[in-house]
Amino acid sequence: MIAVGEKAPDFTLRNQDGEKVSLADFRGRKVMLVFYPGDFSPVCGDQLSIYQEVKPEIEAKGVELVGISVDSFFAHKAFQEKLGIDTTLLSDFEPKGDVARAYGSYVDAPLGFANRTLVLVDEEGVVAWTYESPNPGEFPGANVIFDALS
Amino acid sequence: MTDFGSASIPAVGPDDHVAGAGEGLVVYADLGCPRCAGAWQRLREHPGRLVFRHFPLASKHPRSPVLHAAAEAAGRQGQFFEMVDSLYADRGRVDDPHLWERAERFGLDLDRFEADRRSAEVEARVRRDFESGIRAGVGSTPALFKEQGERLPSASA
Repeated sequence: MIAVGEKAPDFTLRNQDGEKVSLADFRGRKVMLVFYPGDFSPVCGDQLSIYQEVKPEIEAKGVELVGISVDSFFAHKAFQEKLGIDTTLLSDFEPKGDVARAYGSYVDAPLGFANRTLVLVDEEGVVAWTYESPNPGEFPGANVIFDALS
Repeated sequence: MTDFGSASIPAVGPDDHVAGAGEGLVVYADLGCPRCAGAWQRLREHPGRLVFRHFPLASKHPRSPVLHAAAEAAGRQGQFFEMVDSLYADRGRVDDPHLWERAERFGLDLDRFEADRRSAEVEARVRRDFESGIRAGVGSTPALFKEQGERLPSASA
């Protein structure tokens, strides 16, 4: 897992609409990177649905939520629509999992996807806080995000 | 600014929805959630008292806020668990006419039911439960707690 105080590795990934999004785009704002295993898995859906319910309160604290998984951006679009969420979802698809690896979130084969990790990047692009789930089947409740922001 | 930092579930209060008596089980449940519906019968058979707390996930189940408001409104006329039982037992009939039919069947004052379920007071009451669930780390439903606050595994639902 990347350490607090390190410079957050920059990346450019496609969002659910196929548009390129870079970490540098968020400079001057805080961003919470939400690494998760995959679209359409039951737990991931719960996680992003819960976060959606309190997204206005998270944004009121000056933090933007961004989900990242190894799925294609086409899958992200369908997943977003299925859940009824508007959280930006980034596709860490090719080379698969490179960004998750850079943040120390990737779980190697046979799983081959990101663990559930949260990384708060501050206005200067520095890692301010991290959380790693004990296993991909458990996710941090929204309260954990608010604890980090308090 | 609203803050949802970690906190234990609130103690059971006089305006909680409680069925039965004895050692308490607190359940945060979503009336639009199929998993909750599947677990509800077993939860109702809990030998102690069962405390229902609202946890509607509107993004996932768009009809949920309306259903929770209807249950809360029915509760204002003493028929909370009757409405919850019925909504979970018959998930295909949750449009407004179906809610009115239930209200009539339960002997509710329909005008009052309509006013209550659309009221800011009811909305705030539902939201209060939801926010306490967020602060307690509820991530999926049904989420179960002992009355003293200890979280139980979801598989026990």
